[in-house]
Amino acid sequence: MKKRCKIGRILVYVLLIIAFVVSVFPFYWMIVGMTNSAVDVVKGKMTFGNQLFTNLHTLFTSFNMTEILLNSLKISGLTVIGTLIVASMAAYGFEMYPSASRETAYGLLLLSMMVPFAALMIPLFRLIVKFGLLNQHISLILIWVGSVFIIFFFRQSLKTFPKEIIQAARVDGSGEFRTFFFIVIPSIKSTYAAAAIYSFMLSWNAYLWPLIVIQTDDKQTVTLLISSMSSAYFPEYGVIMTAIVIATLPMVLIFFGLQKHFVQGMLGSIKQ
Amino acid sequence: MLKSSTKKNADRTHNAYGWLFISLALILISVFMFYPIGHSFYLSTMRTKGIVQQFVGLNNYIRLLQDPMFILALKNTFTFFLIQVPIMLLLGLIFATILNDNTIKFRGVFRTALFLPAVTSLVAYTILFKMMFSSEGFINNLLMNMHIIQEPIPWLLDPFWSKVTIIIALTWRWTGYNMVFYLSGLQNIPKEIYEAAEIDGAGKVQQFIRITVPILKPIIVFTSIMSTIGTLQLFDEPMNLSMGGTTSSTIGPGNSLLTLSVYIYNLSFKYVPNFGYAATVSYVIVFIVAILSFIQFKVAGDKN
Repeated sequence: MKKRCKIGRILVYVLLIIAFVVSVFPFYWMIVGMTNSAVDVVKGKMTFGNQLFTNLHTLFTSFNMTEILLNSLKISGLTVIGTLIVASMAAYGFEMYPSASRETAYGLLLLSMMVPFAALMIPLFRLIVKFGLLNQHISLILIWVGSVFIIFFFRQSLKTFPKEIIQAARVDGSGEFRTFFFIVIPSIKSTYAAAAIYSFMLSWNAYLWPLIVIQTDDKQTVTLLISSMSSAYFPEYGVIMTAIVIATLPMVLIFFGLQKHFVQGMLGSIKQ
Repeated sequence: MLKSSTKKNADRTHNAYGWLFISLALILISVFMFYPIGHSFYLSTMRTKGIVQQFVGLNNYIRLLQDPMFILALKNTFTFFLIQVPIMLLLGLIFATILNDNTIKFRGVFRTALFLPAVTSLVAYTILFKMMFSSEGFINNLLMNMHIIQEPIPWLLDPFWSKVTIIIALTWRWTGYNMVFYLSGLQNIPKEIYEAAEIDGAGKVQQFIRITVPILKPIIVFTSIMSTIGTLQLFDEPMNLSMGGTTSSTIGPGNSLLTLSVYIYNLSFKYVPNFGYAATVSYVIVFIVAILSFIQFKVAGDKN
């Protein structure tokens, strides 16, 4: 019995180590790839090369990486700010001013989460064309700002917010918006952090919608650039690897810096 | 009398503030969500050519049944769904169970490592996998050096192997993500239940099937619905895994990676735009998601 346990233990560790290597290896490989030439990347060279500066140079001169990186940062930054304001206000409205008609509206919102993006894509595209917003960054921001998931996420967290504090503020003569902005927001900062990470990730990694809306190279996002680089006739794999590392870096940094909020952001949907 | 009227007034302002707070979100969601959902359905009853639209009733839906490309896309999507989702969820569950055991050393390190793939962008990791699985690439080198295979496997050049590649890639990206949901659920299960089972002589595997899975059922249903929606919308991966990406004429060798979402994209933006028919295909996804979610809820409900 004891012996069987021991073998089981060893098996578990072997399994974990395999999973560890499989999970982490592609990250190692993309960093190595960043320092190698296209030929070496395709051949699967596993050691560091000396092409890092050549790759960086090509990426930032031939592919306009600076401008594209700024595009992505701008779009994602504005999306996060917009989403946090709009979604947290809505969640506050739903939770703190209960009414039957608003509850019905909320139910409809939750139901709409089940509708896949593919079903919205064509009318959205026509709408953007009609508004004259084709090839404009604003159209990449607008459609994510009213995020049902993040409203839901904020509402879950507001459920445990002590209502007495709001009553007390009201008695003290604080206006409703004042209460929200100066009392409620500062006390649920960690919810804001988690929602910000979630919304940043969504916008930073978006592909299908930008692919449809963005039509000129100077308006591209990092994701679009990586995709178009790899569909080139002779893809420059070393340069692509460099771009992939740059695209992945913000997410990895946020993850290691704010691991708790990060995971909370993903779990928000099931914690009741 | 006076009191009740001030109360009424207070209620009215209260109600007005409620609407005021949600108004921005409601406007945005109505314009960018509710309107498109309705308009998509309307479009699915139309034949569109350029700006000319003509009502055709259910004709678009009938046309689906005779469209080999649609059937192929449906088949591919279901293949990914039926094979990949169970593998991934099972792996997620197994690793969550292992990492919930606090006698395991370096739990935190393993947990972080397994979750790490979930921070990569879909396009980035797909292209990474495309390079690793190229004919003379890293994976083939590794397998040949280990003498597991004699000839390189045509991962991206063969209809069957390209499906295998995408399933491996998806599993790499999402297993740790799902594991985190299970881990958070497992933390709420009291340890005493397992201790009691141990005393009663239940092995680890039995504990897993008899205790872990039933208790986690709501979370398993949640993750499987999320994965269903995700798989039915698969776009970034097949598009970027195929040679030539958006510019290529087929998605994967012999269209082996053509999914419903890719087909909708092609119908709308690559071929001569046919928004009406594309909207019809998109509504098929809506129906399938609704039906599958309903089934998953039912399966969970029955046994509880």
